[in-house]
Amino acid sequence: MHGRPRKPLKPEDAAASAAKAEKLRVLQSQFLHNHHNHIYSKEAVELSTKLLETNPELYTAWNYRKLAVQHKLTENDSDPDSLKSILDEELRVVESALRQNFKSYGAWHHRKWILSKGHSSIDNELRLLDKFQKADSRNFHAWNYRRFVAASMNRSEEDELKYTEDMICNNFSNYSAWHNRSLLLSNLLKRKVEGFVSKEKVLPDEYEFVHQAIFTDPDDQSGWFYHLWLLDQTVRVDSPQLVSSWPTPGSDLILLGDRCLDGCASSPFTRFHLDSRTFPLVLYFNQAVEGVNSSTITVDSELNTNKDLVWKPLSSCNSKAAQVWVTQLNLPDGNTHSSKVFPVEVSLGHSQGIISSSGFHYSNPFCFAFRVSLQFVETQPVEALGKEIISWRDESFHNYNAHSQDSSPISSLYQLSIKNDNELTDFEWRAATIAKEIDHFRELLSLINCKIGKLTLARLLMAHDAMMCPPANKISHSEEVLELYNDLMRLDPTHVQYYKDQHSLVLLQQVTSNWESLLSRCFHYSNSPSNRGSPMCLQLKNLSLSRLGSFDKLLWVQMLDLSHNELRSIEGLEALQLLSCLNLSNNILGSFTALEPIRQLKSLRALNISYNEIGAHSIDTTKYLCSSPLSHSVGSEWNHGQTVIDDDIKSYWEAYFILKGLNLTQFDIVGNAIVNEKFKSFLIKVLPGLKWLDGEQLH
Amino acid sequence: MQRNNSRDAAHRRRWQRCSTAVAATTEMRGAAVVMQVIVRLDKEKEKTLTKKEEHLLLPNAAIAIVPLPDATAPAHLPLLCRQPSAQPPHPAHSFGGGFRFYHLKELCHLLRSTNSFEAEAGRLMTGNESESELPVPPYPPIEPTAFDLIVIGTGLPESVISAAASASGKSVLHLDPNPFYGSHFSSLSIADLTHFLNSHSTPSSVCPDPLYSDVEISNYASRLLSQHPRNFNLDVSGPRVLFCADHAVDLMLKSGASHYLEFKSIDATFMLDADAKLCSVPDSRAAIFKDKSLGLMEKNQLMRFFKLVQGHLSLDESEENDVRISEEDLDSPFADFLTKMKLSHKIKSYSPFPPVTFFSIIYLWHLIAWLFFRLEMPCRIVLYAIAMADYDQEVSEYVLKTRDGINRLALYNSSIGRLVLMFQNALGALIYPIYGQGELPQAFCRRAAVKGCLYVLRMPVISLLTDQNSGSYKGVRLASGQDILSHKLVLDPSFTVPGSLASSHQQLQESFQAFSLSDNKGKVARGICITRSSLKPDLSNFLVIFPPRSLFPEQVTSIRVLQLGGNLAVCPVGMFVLYFSALCDEVNQGKKLLHAALSALQKLLVTGTAGNSSTAQSEDMEEAKPTLLWSALYIQDLSLGQFGSIISTPTPDGNLNYNDLLDATEKLYWKLYPKEELFPETTSSPENSEDDAGLTLES
Repeated sequence: MHGRPRKPLKPEDAAASAAKAEKLRVLQSQFLHNHHNHIYSKEAVELSTKLLETNPELYTAWNYRKLAVQHKLTENDSDPDSLKSILDEELRVVESALRQNFKSYGAWHHRKWILSKGHSSIDNELRLLDKFQKADSRNFHAWNYRRFVAASMNRSEEDELKYTEDMICNNFSNYSAWHNRSLLLSNLLKRKVEGFVSKEKVLPDEYEFVHQAIFTDPDDQSGWFYHLWLLDQTVRVDSPQLVSSWPTPGSDLILLGDRCLDGCASSPFTRFHLDSRTFPLVLYFNQAVEGVNSSTITVDSELNTNKDLVWKPLSSCNSKAAQVWVTQLNLPDGNTHSSKVFPVEVSLGHSQGIISSSGFHYSNPFCFAFRVSLQFVETQPVEALGKEIISWRDESFHNYNAHSQDSSPISSLYQLSIKNDNELTDFEWRAATIAKEIDHFRELLSLINCKIGKLTLARLLMAHDAMMCPPANKISHSEEVLELYNDLMRLDPTHVQYYKDQHSLVLLQQVTSNWESLLSRCFHYSNSPSNRGSPMCLQLKNLSLSRLGSFDKLLWVQMLDLSHNELRSIEGLEALQLLSCLNLSNNILGSFTALEPIRQLKSLRALNISYNEIGAHSIDTTKYLCSSPLSHSVGSEWNHGQTVIDDDIKSYWEAYFILKGLNLTQFDIVGNAIVNEKFKSFLIKVLPGLKWLDGEQLH
Repeated sequence: MQRNNSRDAAHRRRWQRCSTAVAATTEMRGAAVVMQVIVRLDKEKEKTLTKKEEHLLLPNAAIAIVPLPDATAPAHLPLLCRQPSAQPPHPAHSFGGGFRFYHLKELCHLLRSTNSFEAEAGRLMTGNESESELPVPPYPPIEPTAFDLIVIGTGLPESVISAAASASGKSVLHLDPNPFYGSHFSSLSIADLTHFLNSHSTPSSVCPDPLYSDVEISNYASRLLSQHPRNFNLDVSGPRVLFCADHAVDLMLKSGASHYLEFKSIDATFMLDADAKLCSVPDSRAAIFKDKSLGLMEKNQLMRFFKLVQGHLSLDESEENDVRISEEDLDSPFADFLTKMKLSHKIKSYSPFPPVTFFSIIYLWHLIAWLFFRLEMPCRIVLYAIAMADYDQEVSEYVLKTRDGINRLALYNSSIGRLVLMFQNALGALIYPIYGQGELPQAFCRRAAVKGCLYVLRMPVISLLTDQNSGSYKGVRLASGQDILSHKLVLDPSFTVPGSLASSHQQLQESFQAFSLSDNKGKVARGICITRSSLKPDLSNFLVIFPPRSLFPEQVTSIRVLQLGGNLAVCPVGMFVLYFSALCDEVNQGKKLLHAALSALQKLLVTGTAGNSSTAQSEDMEEAKPTLLWSALYIQDLSLGQFGSIISTPTPDGNLNYNDLLDATEKLYWKLYPKEELFPETTSSPENSEDDAGLTLES
């Protein structure tokens, strides 16, 4: 069935098929006439039989037959014998149509429809399936139908599992059999059937099984797909976990109010400039969750005494589930000149309600606390963001010498991943399994040069590192993984973009993995070197990044330099709620729609997207990923805010859509194809708070 | 009962295939099956039975459907049939055991008196009567007295030559001094085999240089075996099988001999590993996948090697490609090439020998050789169990070249492919004829008979006739005293003519002597065992390889063992026949090999049954009986075919298949008739267009 070269038609064959097509056309027009006039006579139905047995792809004819069956059934619904004969005739037609082309969707669906009527015996179906699966053992229609039949006749999943094993033993390059196996196993594990109670017992055998396929023929992909599924099963923790938060647990947060200056020598990582009277509280989960609200999360402090907090999901589309959730805490009214400390306690997981998209509950009661202090010092001149133009030139940044008393905003985050006992034992076999897999694939790669083998090893090593992170095991494989991805980019140029993305993620993970490496990329920003209260900038430039990640460790970042990379999108950046200055210059962003995450960054003041490719591409590849009024994924704020639609907005609606809600004071866009005088005047109109456009002061 | 039915069905199918003429002898000899002849006058329905005819069928009867001869078939179509006792023996062309050829007209006449025929058939069904008890008829005179070719001996090469010569229109007389077909390629009952070996191993005036020597026959259960006097079909020249893609199969298809044969596949191949256990030989992708004894890396190596060979074979000679194996490599020893392909990159340091108390120099040398040159398991599998190398590839001088090794792999590989094309899920590359390999020469004889060859069994030749003047061959004098003249003569290799009536013609006498003393190429040691249990509890038909040095250090040739069960009709159900053979230089070496093999087999039988008898403790009493029931060990001389004024055919060789034999036969035929093609394709015959379908195989 597979791997047969297609031969060009011989002239006589071509003539024959032309004649056949002519006959079909005649049949088809007669059939359509019957269909439109609702003729369900015996002759008319036979005509459709003839048509379908020649061309089973004609789904209109299948639907016509359904109507005809309904029609006949209503005519003689009392007689069970005639009812059965009608349905049996349909089954026969489907079978002969499938003989013509057993990849016909319409025919298989019609069969299901007939069987769902419940009057036909289902026992015959397995026999039919055996026949089809002998002819083509990996035909997914047959496998799909097999699942349907097995479910309707209550065939045990263990039996079906054995069947997949037999099929795989006959010929292991059978994607469908492996796939069915993964489905059956997931179900068995989920239902905790006898013998399938824990993954720990089941997965090792499955690894052993798939190894036989992978090692026998590494060029065959089917086994690798199954291995990927197994790896996912091993690594994935079902219940959602809280990975990090801002403010970090146990931190002392210092909020600097208007025209104020930090008087004490506290760490710049916990200092935060305040423009409005609110500050964000961010929770970062390991997977998208729903149900984060004031009843599932309790926030205890003087800061919100009287009202329920509103939690907002940070996701690009308007869905209810998100990995990152944010709420705004209000500062008390009135100017308090004295330094006052507000303790805040956040607890979650004490009541059910936070639920992952796959239906698992957050089940790890957890509580953390931090303190917020306000400082208002009016005597000194202020150098705060938004008051002066930000210069991204190198001379504005100074090495940051870490003070010993600096508490790291990330080292404490690991405390969050508290494991309960159950997970600890789980953790052991998971780690052991991954370590064993790593050994196997290292051995394989010592024999042969295999792309998918390298990719799998890279994934395994990353999984291993991720698992080993919480214990103080410092051995990291990121260097090796980066090397593997570099290799892959060379070996497999067709998938270079994917490898580049993975490379970027690993690189970011490496940078953020410990405090020291992160500190080495942190710089003081100030125009004059003496200022102590100047903000801290994380520089991730010139790293050839094509994708961003590791946001859970960057929630504290207020100033970020991502210039001179290869970014096409900034997906996930919305998690950095404190971000006020962002430099994306000299990347390859292709359109405004690629900037969608910044719509959620309400504290963003300075944005630099100069020297990108916005407007250079006639086709916007990110347009349909972006939420927009057209895709109905944008909430109500769009409708209310918008009253006047003028020509400028029409021609630059994407820019309008992205920038509209922002309160930018500084914007750099020079070096993009879209920029012209008209666009600049449009920007000034859209961004009323703008003070500097491309470095020029506006009046 | 079930089995009987299926055998009946097989017979029925088998006889339905014979569309021109039918002769059945084996069935009568082996299982006392009665033949029923149905003469069909209606040519349209020649392959199926009518209801009425089915009603008439005798149980257990072999069915022959005989259509009327058409214009192309000879008018006096001979049919071999058991004559009703009422009829006097026909004077001409009579066979032993009451078998004779009838002409169709005669047969029709005979069948009209159906009652007598059925009565006779009914008597035969009791099966107690053996041929030898019947009185030997007096030698009838043969007419005509001059032929194009006389063939003496009905071994496979002779039968192929007579079938080919008859097919190309020569008049052929085929004689055999034995009362059965096949000579050294026959399958015989225990008594007949014992007689045959004994008579061909004692030097006599008739045969000064016997083909067999050192015959050791032991009967451990004479009572049990005497209960089944006619249920054994033991091959004289076993073990021998056919590769599905080999020359013998092509020849059978081309000649039409395949219509008289039915095959079953040999289920598996095993090899004795270093721990004296049988490990399966993974000879296909699915087999490698399923194999439990190979490590993951070994699987990978083996599969890559097969792929390399496949890639090499699928490419054109002219194409320059990395995938092709270089000329240099092709000329290197196969074992070195395998090592180069990393099939043996690891050296495992274990010794297969039992602890020895003395250290001879030889032993030490072998130990060192074992430790340092021992090839890895995959390599040994490829060498001995797939490429079927005869000699130790690491120490002996008979080294298989890579080119030959690759060709042997190619044969194996295409055999698997061929089977798969014919039957889904066929298990192996090897097949074996039901009722023993004696069926093969018989099939060719039948083919020859159909084309007009005259057969006379039990007809020794007492001397050669030579031309008075030239001294060249003229004809033969038969035991009956009749002189028959022919242009050419083909002789069985063991055949010697006692004395000569033309002693003055030294030249011929010498050339004749040369055959009997023909260049001694070496010997082959053969053994046959009858056991009551299988080496592998769940399988009955399989091949076992004892590679060099697996049984004892000085073992330089590999021993091949073929186990066959009752479902191949070579022995009663519940018993097994084991054939084994190995090449040797002289008798003592051969005997050592045979005894080592026999004791290894006995050990395997014990461990094999111990493995599965744990569940059947109660049957231990029965198990206590010896599993080995009968054995025969003998050494056979090897000689190649010779061409002079008289042609001598080769002896059965030490190979597992017929390829070399048939190649030699083909060469002899071309020397005999230089302008004739062996079985030219006749496009007019519908049988030939059936191609592979003509080869019947029961699965």
